[in-house]
Amino acid sequence: MRTRIYSYWFILPGMVIYGLFFLFPVLISFPFSFTRWTLTDWYFTGLDNFRMFFSEPSLRIGFINTFIYAVLTSGLKTVLGFIFAAYLVARPLGSGFLQSITFFPSIISTVAVGVTFSGLMHPAFGLINKALAFIGIPGPDWLGDPHLALLSVSLVDVWRGVGIATVIYIAGIRSIPRSYYEAAMIDGATSGQRLLSITLPLSRPAMNTVILLSFIGGLRTFDLIWVMTRGGPGFSSDLIASIIYKQYQSGFYGLSTAGNVILFIFIALLAVPLNRVLSKSEVSL
Amino acid sequence: MRKIHRRMLEFLVVVIFTVAFGVPFLFVIFSAGKSTAEAATMAFSLPSSPQYLENFREVFRAGGGMVLRGFYNSVRLTIFTILVLTVVSAMTGFVLERRRERVGSLILFLIMTGLMLPPAVVPTIWILKGLGLYPTLLSMVMIEVALGFPFAVLLYRAFMISIPRDLDEAALIDGCGPLYLFFRIIFPLLKPVSVTIIILTSINVYNDFVNPLYFLPGAENVTIQLSLYNFQTQFHTRWNLLFADVLVIAVPPFLFYLFFRRQIVEGMVAGAIKA
Amino acid sequence: MRWKTMLLLVIMGMTLLPIFASGEGEGPASTSPGGAEPVEITLLIDNQSPLDGLKAVAAAAEEKLGIKVTFEFRPGGPEGENYLKTRLVAGDMSDLSYFNSGSLFLALNPPQYFVDLTDEAFMDPVIATFKQVVSVNGRVYAAPAGEITAGGWFYNKKVYERLGLEVPHTWHELMANCEKIKAAGIPPIAASYKDSWTSQLILLADYYNVQRAYPDFHEDYTAHRAGFADTPAARRGFEKLREVYERGFLSPHPASTTYENALLMLANGEAAHYPMATVALANLQAVAPDKVSDIGFFGQPGDDPSDHGVTIWLPAGLSIWKGSHHIDEAKRFLAFFLSQEGLDTYMRAQKPFGPFPIQGISLPDDIFPATRDLLSYIDAGKTAPALEFISPIKGPNLPQICVEVGLGLKSPVDGAREYDRDVEKQAKQLGLPGW
Repeated sequence: MRTRIYSYWFILPGMVIYGLFFLFPVLISFPFSFTRWTLTDWYFTGLDNFRMFFSEPSLRIGFINTFIYAVLTSGLKTVLGFIFAAYLVARPLGSGFLQSITFFPSIISTVAVGVTFSGLMHPAFGLINKALAFIGIPGPDWLGDPHLALLSVSLVDVWRGVGIATVIYIAGIRSIPRSYYEAAMIDGATSGQRLLSITLPLSRPAMNTVILLSFIGGLRTFDLIWVMTRGGPGFSSDLIASIIYKQYQSGFYGLSTAGNVILFIFIALLAVPLNRVLSKSEVSL
Repeated sequence: MRKIHRRMLEFLVVVIFTVAFGVPFLFVIFSAGKSTAEAATMAFSLPSSPQYLENFREVFRAGGGMVLRGFYNSVRLTIFTILVLTVVSAMTGFVLERRRERVGSLILFLIMTGLMLPPAVVPTIWILKGLGLYPTLLSMVMIEVALGFPFAVLLYRAFMISIPRDLDEAALIDGCGPLYLFFRIIFPLLKPVSVTIIILTSINVYNDFVNPLYFLPGAENVTIQLSLYNFQTQFHTRWNLLFADVLVIAVPPFLFYLFFRRQIVEGMVAGAIKA
Repeated sequence: MRWKTMLLLVIMGMTLLPIFASGEGEGPASTSPGGAEPVEITLLIDNQSPLDGLKAVAAAAEEKLGIKVTFEFRPGGPEGENYLKTRLVAGDMSDLSYFNSGSLFLALNPPQYFVDLTDEAFMDPVIATFKQVVSVNGRVYAAPAGEITAGGWFYNKKVYERLGLEVPHTWHELMANCEKIKAAGIPPIAASYKDSWTSQLILLADYYNVQRAYPDFHEDYTAHRAGFADTPAARRGFEKLREVYERGFLSPHPASTTYENALLMLANGEAAHYPMATVALANLQAVAPDKVSDIGFFGQPGDDPSDHGVTIWLPAGLSIWKGSHHIDEAKRFLAFFLSQEGLDTYMRAQKPFGPFPIQGISLPDDIFPATRDLLSYIDAGKTAPALEFISPIKGPNLPQICVEVGLGLKSPVDGAREYDRDVEKQAKQLGLPGW
């Protein structure tokens, strides 16, 4: 009877779409990453594509940048999100307004955010540097300085994404039983102590969610960097995903696919152990 | 005394946040109404002689009506994606929750890999070409469905747990077929999740830039985010028009946020935690 | 909640209605049999090339031939190139397309996508040098879409006059001029590396000097016998790019300055030079019409003052898509464009920035001073074609590599080495022998 009502036919439409347009392409990218590919013909080239990715500075830079970007954005979102949330749950002045205004950027497209900040970060006319000049600091060339461009874009990413981290934390903190706090108050704990010994450890599940979500998001990211710097100046802010796109643009389809495979492996190698470490630490608490 | 101190500090926080998160938006709103020369100075000031209508008109006219076409395509893309995605992922989530056996969990694992991995770009294009679907709105809908599928299945499956099996069996005894059971009884009960998925999908698909960039080239197919992107390369020194375009594009999410703030926030939290 | 749901449904209904109403039939209206309605053909062009001339020709063609040309726009540079490739592969191309001639065009595999124009009468007066760079196996696949361009240095004559400077004939003299301009408090060179393609000019414009020092370089380069890193003459371009950075000659914020910004700086005398191609004169005319006559032009000098020449680029081509339903109309449009009448229309709307690669076409008297400067090189026979016209390989990452060398992030040798490897990828993809 079970097989009749819960027939596997029900999952067929979804699985066909998912399989054909996601899973199958992922699977065949493995063999195609060993080829020179023109979309109509392919020639087996062994490990050439991978060798190129690891030996050429303009491609190799993507690994380091992607790692920096992911660590930086997820780290800042994790810390700032927690601070914002801990502040907001105490219902200070204007908390509803503050939550709305920090969350709103997350539902605006990255292209719109990128275009806006390209203007704000202009070295000579941009509002940011004008404000800095007002208090006597000469502002840098945020997107034009090769040593700074990646950092500038990650800050914009944090600006856009910190609102989501905040609401996840708020939900986590709200689910902590009030009795814990009441018990602590009776013991005479200060608000700082309550924050460190109750709120922080008990919002670990929320924190893990934020870390994992923003870290994987950071590894895969492409749009903000592409809109703001195109990976430049030179190759200084290239990420794996923007390099994949550039190889695709140049018609190096095999090389681009190899980049994709490397990105899969990169994500699996970093995210799976991270997930394991995080969930272990959750249990031990 | 301490209380007053505290209030002042809280006020300061409000000011800082308003500057950090509000000024960029105000800047866009101000600049969008300026003349090209006035906007070029990038001053943070009200437009001296507002010309919003002219600027909007020019944005809509530029590139042969690229922005309007982008709106039209994005709306179609979003609606069709939602229609297909909710139905197929609800069906999948339903069966996968009810049948917890080997095959089911293997399928679930395959679906969950999609939460983590990015799409394989060139092979997907190759397949679309093989199917004669490249570049069409239909193929873009299918790709958006495939990319949203893991998340939606996860939410539906999690929600199914709260719907008792007795209900299925009672319906069966009443002589309902499995299709009737699902579409007339289960699917309506899933409405809260469907609402979440519809809201999140519409934001994601409307804001999607990368996938249409790869999978939906062509001037006819331009989506709203690509139109802004093209606009940027074309008018990169006419900031008034650029910001007017940003404003136009941000209006739908803003209205959406105004109406569905609670659902959006709850949906994102629920989605994040279950994922 | 109920009214919200209603609202949503109403909005959805409103947006869906036109979909069902219009169906797929949004294509160009079918031509009416009466002939009163002009036939519409589409032309895909990048959004950075000057357009006034072509637009004027299109307007004349609508009136005279009953052919209405609708322009479609794509980004310039590698992005636009990919956009074009995708549309070709997808089988959804405009009737006419405007695209670089030379190696980039040949890499598209023209015989597969474009109409063979070899035997068309309007192609007869087109000079052989142009035909060569749009031909595969002796068949021609594009008509010239404009004037010959040269790569070199624009300079602001007013700045030169004020400081009492002479047009330099060696690199050494040029650097000495820059030193004086810098001492006078003016940035000697406008740099616009935000539009990374503009960073290549110093390297590419040096090809006249490369060819003088090493006439067979293009052959050896194509056959993988010589590269940029191991050929001193070729590497020199990267060294010059680095030198202008190191001596502090660049305008401020080079990586945040765009092409348009740089043209304005040059026109307003906020920078004394701009290494660019003469095609920019048309853009300059658009952004600073009253200043164009202050601008002069010279080729990128080498070391021998008696051998000062320019590197030239042949114009982009116009090709007809094989799948077009309006091949005849497109041919008639091209024939009109390339006639003296068509080109006169073109030149009235947009002053020519160089000669046309078509025999018997004369330029008007009131051309830009910079164009006149260019003509003197051409008349003296002091020209060499850019490398991309005589070799099929050009690496896709050259703009980024030039930005790196030009911002001092990479030494000239490392830049040259990296470019050699970039070229290798391209050559392998093309399946050239010897790689």
